Amino acid sequence: MVNYILRRILYAVPILIGVNILTFALFFVVNTPEDMARAHLGVKRVTPEAILKWKQERGYDLPLFYNGGARGLEKITRTIFFQKSVKLFVFQFGQADDGRDISREIRTRMGPSLAIAVPVFLLGLFCYISLALILAFFRATYLDLWGVVVCVALMSISGLFYIIGGQYLLSKLWNLVPISGFASGPDGLRFLILPVLVGVVGGLGAGTRWYRTIFLEEMDKEYVRTARAKGLTEGRILFRHILKNAMIPILTGAVVVIPSLFLGSLITESFFGIPGLGSYTIDAIQSQDFAIVRAMVFLGSVLYIIGLILTDLSYTLVDPRIRLE
Amino acid sequence: MASEDNLSFMKPQVLRLWVPCLGVLLALFSGCGRPWNNPYPAKERGANILYSAFSERPKHLDPVQSYSENEAVFTAQIYEPPLQYHYLKRPYELIPLTAEAVPKARLVDARGNPVEGTTADSPVAFSIYDIRIRQGIYYQPHPAFARDERGRFRYHHLTAQDLKSIRRLSDFPYQGTRELTAEDYVYQIKRLAHPRLHSPIFGLMSGYIVGLKELAAALKAADEDLKRKGRPNGYLDLNRFPLEGARAVDRYTLRITLKGKYPQFVYWLAMSFFAPVPYEADRFYAQPGMAEKNFTLDWYPVGTGPYMLTENDPNRRMVLERNPYFHGERYPDAGEAGDGEAGLLVDAGKPLPFIDRAVFSLEKEGIPYWNKFLQGYYDASGIASDSFDQAVQITSTGEIALTDRMRAKGIRLTTSVAPTIIYLGFNMLDPVVGGYSERARKLRQALSIAVDFEEYISIFANGRGVAAHGPLPPGIFGHRGGPEGINPYVYDWQGGRPKRKGIDEARRLLAEAGYPRGLDQETGRPLVLYYDVTARGPDDKARLDWMRKQFQKLNLQLVVRATDYNRFQEKIRKGNAQLFTWGWNADYPDPENFLFLLYGPQGTVKYQGENAANYANPEYDRLFEAMKHLENGPARQQLIDRMLAIVRRDAPWLWGFHPKEYGLYHGWIHNRKPNLMARNGLKYQRIDVAQRERLREEWNRPVFWPLLLFPLLAVTLILPAAMAYRRREKRRALEW
Repeated sequence: MVNYILRRILYAVPILIGVNILTFALFFVVNTPEDMARAHLGVKRVTPEAILKWKQERGYDLPLFYNGGARGLEKITRTIFFQKSVKLFVFQFGQADDGRDISREIRTRMGPSLAIAVPVFLLGLFCYISLALILAFFRATYLDLWGVVVCVALMSISGLFYIIGGQYLLSKLWNLVPISGFASGPDGLRFLILPVLVGVVGGLGAGTRWYRTIFLEEMDKEYVRTARAKGLTEGRILFRHILKNAMIPILTGAVVVIPSLFLGSLITESFFGIPGLGSYTIDAIQSQDFAIVRAMVFLGSVLYIIGLILTDLSYTLVDPRIRLE
Repeated sequence: MASEDNLSFMKPQVLRLWVPCLGVLLALFSGCGRPWNNPYPAKERGANILYSAFSERPKHLDPVQSYSENEAVFTAQIYEPPLQYHYLKRPYELIPLTAEAVPKARLVDARGNPVEGTTADSPVAFSIYDIRIRQGIYYQPHPAFARDERGRFRYHHLTAQDLKSIRRLSDFPYQGTRELTAEDYVYQIKRLAHPRLHSPIFGLMSGYIVGLKELAAALKAADEDLKRKGRPNGYLDLNRFPLEGARAVDRYTLRITLKGKYPQFVYWLAMSFFAPVPYEADRFYAQPGMAEKNFTLDWYPVGTGPYMLTENDPNRRMVLERNPYFHGERYPDAGEAGDGEAGLLVDAGKPLPFIDRAVFSLEKEGIPYWNKFLQGYYDASGIASDSFDQAVQITSTGEIALTDRMRAKGIRLTTSVAPTIIYLGFNMLDPVVGGYSERARKLRQALSIAVDFEEYISIFANGRGVAAHGPLPPGIFGHRGGPEGINPYVYDWQGGRPKRKGIDEARRLLAEAGYPRGLDQETGRPLVLYYDVTARGPDDKARLDWMRKQFQKLNLQLVVRATDYNRFQEKIRKGNAQLFTWGWNADYPDPENFLFLLYGPQGTVKYQGENAANYANPEYDRLFEAMKHLENGPARQQLIDRMLAIVRRDAPWLWGFHPKEYGLYHGWIHNRKPNLMARNGLKYQRIDVAQRERLREEWNRPVFWPLLLFPLLAVTLILPAAMAYRRREKRRALEW
């Protein structure tokens, strides 16, 4: 297994380089270093000298990928791409274009993102699997039919609607929770109720349908028929046999997203005033802060790769037939 | 048996778990009797705190770099430049803040002899401003000032170990203060040239302040030297570098020497660029390890103003607290006509500030902001387009008034025309719409009539704007109301108000320009014009469609070239745009700050200036140079009238409109008056805290019955499912 993990980590290196090249190319197709300087220096009274100074200070006065004027290896190393990319691989994210430390920001904002994402993930998983089991149990009945109809309807509604609707009902009409905001410590729980509820309800349709499909697929298998023939109760079949055998597809969907929970949610954080990493990324894109965008994309890729490796490892836990070699 | 199973959640052991959980939940919500949806901590109940919001984290709080309005909300309460604007009087009037008086320039020739300098050709070599700073003004408490028993600075030689346990400035056990001196202003002016700082006005000021450019070169060399010595972020001691144009004559007298004449300079003395910065703070923040902890002037300002920033978490909230060493100031005892009746003089002569703390929460989206305002959790709000109809209605007489719902809540409305212009510019370098031929001029005049900005304001700005007749907004010297103030090429004065000329007049002008019915009479082809604009999404489509229709009135085809802001700016810089929308927000309330937008040597393509239309009329330029040196008065007005006549005839812009700002505030806030030039209005405002608490509780009584919905929903789902499950379990196998 150790060899397998090492091999996967080595595979990750070219993937991360590729992601970095893509991010770099896409960002600089849209924004030139001069655009970035103007975005940071403001609209009024920006002189060419100020732009040049800004670029020099941040190393954006170099060529993007290839420095024809340099000698030897410096043709590659004296470029924006090389200078900005190398440190990423040792997780030195440097400073944002406004001079603030990116690693510090990530550390600070990770907590609020997790405060929303973890409960949404766990509660969601519990609710979706429970409801899916109920629908699977009552398959081909009116309950199942109407359950699926409701799920499709829930899936068809925009996530923004849940947010605005939730804020309107729970906070504005019934005055039960604050509309938005965040606080650390126990007082912060009041602010989490609404976004967590909205997050869970928003994913209810898609989540329940997904797990229902998985359970129904398992239900048609021979081992289920055998279990039933042996006279096991339906509850026992569902929870002891079907749920256990459905763990591989469940893990595929669930474990892979666990590391990415750190990255937060873009819209939810913005609407509920949660100072997490999702809103950090959005702000960076809007303010054309390449240093932050690059760091967040890189971090996202790393976490996704970790998620995939964890998923593979978790297979071995739920299915003894699988060996990672 | 079945019912027992189904009601298992009612079993005693389960109840033992549920009841405490419910108790905790209720305690959590109830928060000692305050409204459940109150987003603020219980300890703030009844405190003299103003609650506001910000939508974008401030980039800079260092006064030498900060130039945005969203930053001025904070910096203007903390820093004190020598001058400020009178809070109530209009037109805007400069008054002393830390200075003893508004300085008058002493004009001298190259040999230092006094000269009269009222005209552009006066032999003025230098303008000298002597600014006397008031005694007894002290800085806010700050560790940079803390000294030990022997008078040495406690925190100017910190090591990494010393900083290890420090996370906030308040973690330093000792704080100190000291008196404000003229040297602090000198220090700040030198910081304009600091090689590691980006002051947006360095370019402008280095053209005026004697020696500033040379200082920048010297500082750059010293900085390079530090880098060579391996201390790239080491302290650059500005006190070692003299600046001829800014020096302290004595402890309380600041002397600024400018090249030539620049009467508008006094307005800059009311901006944070000229606020004092103590060298101790700069030195303190320059220590190794400080920047990594965000201990910089950009993050923790140090000022003498009524408030100090005690919490800086731009991801969540920023908190200003009363400066215990504030020198004291009194509420003004005079204002403009009507201020007394509006209750704005009730607190005349009382000591400022009234409010103890101001909490600014990050609120990125408009909907939560608006709803929190209605719930009483924000004390004031603007009006977004989405909520305009909820807040404001047009009365039968055409006046703007609050809706009944807003009035019932005691909410009040303020309106004011912003010192801003949004215009549609012609690139005067363009071969079709540009140039100064009669043909091009008539084409632009025809378009000036056709594009109906009154309609635009009505449709897209909810009526919040005033159609412009020239570059000067109302309230700026030189702007004229009434029949003499209209643009005669676009409007007629009818029935006591300006009336846009008919489209036939525009068609006639178009035909005279050589485009009868929109066809180029030389080629017979339809005239196609290109409009460069930044378009962000589907919301812009309606505006662009409207604009196309305006051109269609003249049978002209308008091709919209929507792009992102970066490409748009690039086109303007390179002169590749034909028609474009642009705007300007005043730095100071002087006509020069608008009329320079059409001054030839400010041309964007040729000089990288702010004249985006690249308009260049020698007569206008000559008049501008004369006008900018004059004091406000009949002579200046006369010159401005002539300048406006020229640009109205040449029509380098479709004059567009001046936006009108609407603001709402709750009845418990007093002394709130929009001042669009000054942002230091927090100190004048007063809150009736008891009224706010009472109304918040009245407006936010929790509705409990929906809480029952959740268990009810759970029971209705679980009960039938459990019953059906039991039924199935008991069924025989063949029944499946």
